[in-house]
Amino acid sequence: MIQTLAFYLFAVLLIASAVFVIMARNPVHSVLWLILCFFNAAGLMVLVGAEFIAMLLVIVYVGAVAVLFLFVVMMLDIDFSELRGGFIKNFPLGVALALVLLAELVLGIGAYGAGGVVLGVPDGAAAPLIGQSNIESLGILLYTRYLFLFEAAGLILLVAMVGAIVLTLRHRADAKKQNVSAQIARRPQDATFNARPPVGQGVKL
Amino acid sequence: MIGIEHYITVSSILFVLGVLGIFLNRKNIIVILMAIELMLLAVNINLVAFSAFLNDMTGQVFAMFVLTVAASEAAIGLAILVIYFRSRGTIAVDDVNRMKG
Repeated sequence: MIQTLAFYLFAVLLIASAVFVIMARNPVHSVLWLILCFFNAAGLMVLVGAEFIAMLLVIVYVGAVAVLFLFVVMMLDIDFSELRGGFIKNFPLGVALALVLLAELVLGIGAYGAGGVVLGVPDGAAAPLIGQSNIESLGILLYTRYLFLFEAAGLILLVAMVGAIVLTLRHRADAKKQNVSAQIARRPQDATFNARPPVGQGVKL
Repeated sequence: MIGIEHYITVSSILFVLGVLGIFLNRKNIIVILMAIELMLLAVNINLVAFSAFLNDMTGQVFAMFVLTVAASEAAIGLAILVIYFRSRGTIAVDDVNRMKG
């Protein structure tokens, strides 16, 4: 009972916040609705027993991706009202296309519910371990059967990091930087001199 | 009782909302990127739901890989967005023609 209630709560909030993400006038509001969306999706995944993916969703999506979005939205000085042009014009076509897509998906789900489609039967090689937590079963699978894919995921993240840094790095001409060789090459006789000014007169510079 | 159909329904609605978001905000690439994130989230919900109801952990492993790719895509996309804004002063993407493609 409580599971059903929680599912409908999370599902309704998820759909509603997704609607607000694409409808909000201000992209900052969009990002905030996106964060709510991720939290509700994490709730759904906890309900189904995938705790690790749920926590990953909160940490990676909310903690990194959504904050990155927020950072970029706030950093760029953009007139967002100008970017909303075409919203009304695109609305009928977009909704029609979305309805067609939704009808297709619902038809597919209905066909599955009617029993006409037989799902693949799992071979049991990746079944959750009895008496182990979700994260333990996932970790054992990840470090044995999917080790190379896991390494590839790490490489993808590395390449993405290097790519993002290379793309946004720029050398500004007016930036003041330390010139180490010029500092080392500087000799005392170039920079200082001794003077013995007569009494009553200042030093001539 | 909540079955797998419920989860698939939610994830398909979420996916359709992502597609609709791309259509509605054709000019605003930030919202387009967010709509792509929504679609990837829908895919993740689907993978996790099937993984749980079929009693097979592979779906969760692949949900993690989807998450990885989504994070990289957001980082690279936003980096491209930042350099585009730096050179053009706007992010309206319906008149992008720098590469003459």
